[in-house]
Amino acid sequence: MKVYENTGNKDTRSGFGAGLTELGNINENVVALCADLTGSLKMNEFANQHPDRFYQVGIAEANMMGIAAGLTIGGKIPFTGTFANFSTGRVYDQIRQSIAYSDKNVKICASHSGLTLGEDGATHQILEDIGLMKMLPGMTVINTCDYNQTKAATIAIADHHGPVYLRFGRPKVANFTPENGSFEIGKAVHLQDGKDVTIVATGHLVWEALEAAKELNEKGISAEVINIHTIKPLDEKAILDSVKKTGCIVTAEEHNYLGGLGESVARTLAQHHPTPQEFVATQDTFGESGTPAQLLEKYGLNAANIAAKAQQVIKRK
Amino acid sequence: MADIQQLKDIVTQVRRDIVRQVHAVNSGHPGGSLGCAEFIVTLYNEIMDHNPDFSMDGVNEDLFFLSNGHISPVYYSVLARAGYFPVEELNTFRKLNTRLQGHPTTHEGLPGIRIASGSLGQGMSVAIGAALAKKLNNDDKTVFSLHGDGELQEGQIWEAAMYASANHVDNLIATIDVNGQQIDGSTDAVLSLGDLKNKFEAFGWEVLTIEKGNDIEAVVNGVREAISLSRKRKPICILLHTEMGNGVDFMMGSHKWHGVAPNDEQLESALAQNPETLGDY
Repeated sequence: MKVYENTGNKDTRSGFGAGLTELGNINENVVALCADLTGSLKMNEFANQHPDRFYQVGIAEANMMGIAAGLTIGGKIPFTGTFANFSTGRVYDQIRQSIAYSDKNVKICASHSGLTLGEDGATHQILEDIGLMKMLPGMTVINTCDYNQTKAATIAIADHHGPVYLRFGRPKVANFTPENGSFEIGKAVHLQDGKDVTIVATGHLVWEALEAAKELNEKGISAEVINIHTIKPLDEKAILDSVKKTGCIVTAEEHNYLGGLGESVARTLAQHHPTPQEFVATQDTFGESGTPAQLLEKYGLNAANIAAKAQQVIKRK
Repeated sequence: MADIQQLKDIVTQVRRDIVRQVHAVNSGHPGGSLGCAEFIVTLYNEIMDHNPDFSMDGVNEDLFFLSNGHISPVYYSVLARAGYFPVEELNTFRKLNTRLQGHPTTHEGLPGIRIASGSLGQGMSVAIGAALAKKLNNDDKTVFSLHGDGELQEGQIWEAAMYASANHVDNLIATIDVNGQQIDGSTDAVLSLGDLKNKFEAFGWEVLTIEKGNDIEAVVNGVREAISLSRKRKPICILLHTEMGNGVDFMMGSHKWHGVAPNDEQLESALAQNPETLGDY
């Protein structure tokens, strides 16, 4: 079994901040906009180094999305920054009309996604954003798993023409992907070979999936683990190749089971290779206040539940 | 530079194009389109430095954004008459597989359109973004936008208005089509806009009023004055007073023709009031 080392807990939002700072120095067309959350999004360094290319728009997310769309007219590559909730649900129509339908090259960068935002509670914990964004024609949807991957993804999306939703989070989590690794949009990352069950995970739950694979291994179950950082376009081949070998699958995400990664995987399987599937995701509920660890435990978004679902789905083969 | 008579001739032809487009598909928005004919004709034929060999980025060109996208018939007619696409294409307005969608869009690649609009309240933010890009590019051209007065009921407009003055977006001239009408009735009856001049001034804008928005000379002079006031650290707002349905007597001054097409007889009457000047498509 391949062993992944946590090189030290780091927040994915800091990976975004580091990537944006680096981009600022290598691509003069990159501009950044923030709606009064510069510190939370770790955009300060970009703002300090490139004040002429940083736009503080205040608490006005709809206006931010419109300005970002306008900045593309003239060749700029705008990166917007606010919480996932305010990056999507609050401004869905602005994104739909002025960005997605208008095919504008805007990068919508969303921190504090999912339950792990923690104590602020359900008003701020969006669990529907992947669904909202993947429904938009032409939108690329990415959910990165750790600091290094978030940094790499931030840099990579600047070279992709078209609207992108980049989702990351608040808490410090295991950092285990390679430093300065490559990031290919739409290309799944194969983390662990296995033959009994496939686990595909996105975002913070990728590390939990690796932990689950360890637990399963101790029980004599061989789990294949795939990191799906790009939910749209989905790397269907990677998923289908794996389930043809294992015969069953668990999907894991910090999102509602309606509209998320699991649903995209289910659609792929139903069309091409019907396969038993279990979902590790929230069950059509809002979140609540608590520490990130408490919330992941209560809503079953952790290694223990992934391992339990894996054992269940194996029985359905 | 066109002379006033030439501009008037274009306006008359544009009015014919508007009612013919809407009549042909029994669908579309003639009232606001007719009211804004002088303004949009003036921009594209007298004021703006623009290139019908369309490029999306529009660097070193003046740009126009139509925020109240439902008045697409006037926009399409002016663009076609300015050479952006063949005037015959006006025949395809709102028909299946057309580039002339019900509301303007970039999606089908129609030259001249830089943003989709129709869902109201978004165009001022987009125009600000384009104006900021011009500043970054050291491009000294101007960004124009047009908004309905009813559209000002959308909150995003005021987010944008606040941003533009706080950040000295002074290469932006946003015009409000003050026709006092919206779908459900007069703006006063639906949701009163109050004193728009005071509102925009309180938001830090330089405001000027064109009382006769359907008088081509008044429009030309007013827009020129607006340009002379620009680049002084304030965004510019033109309150353009127009008459909905202007140029077609039975449509004038009423909200009833906001989104209603004329029948055959009404079309004939509208066309008789606006004799062909540049040739019908």
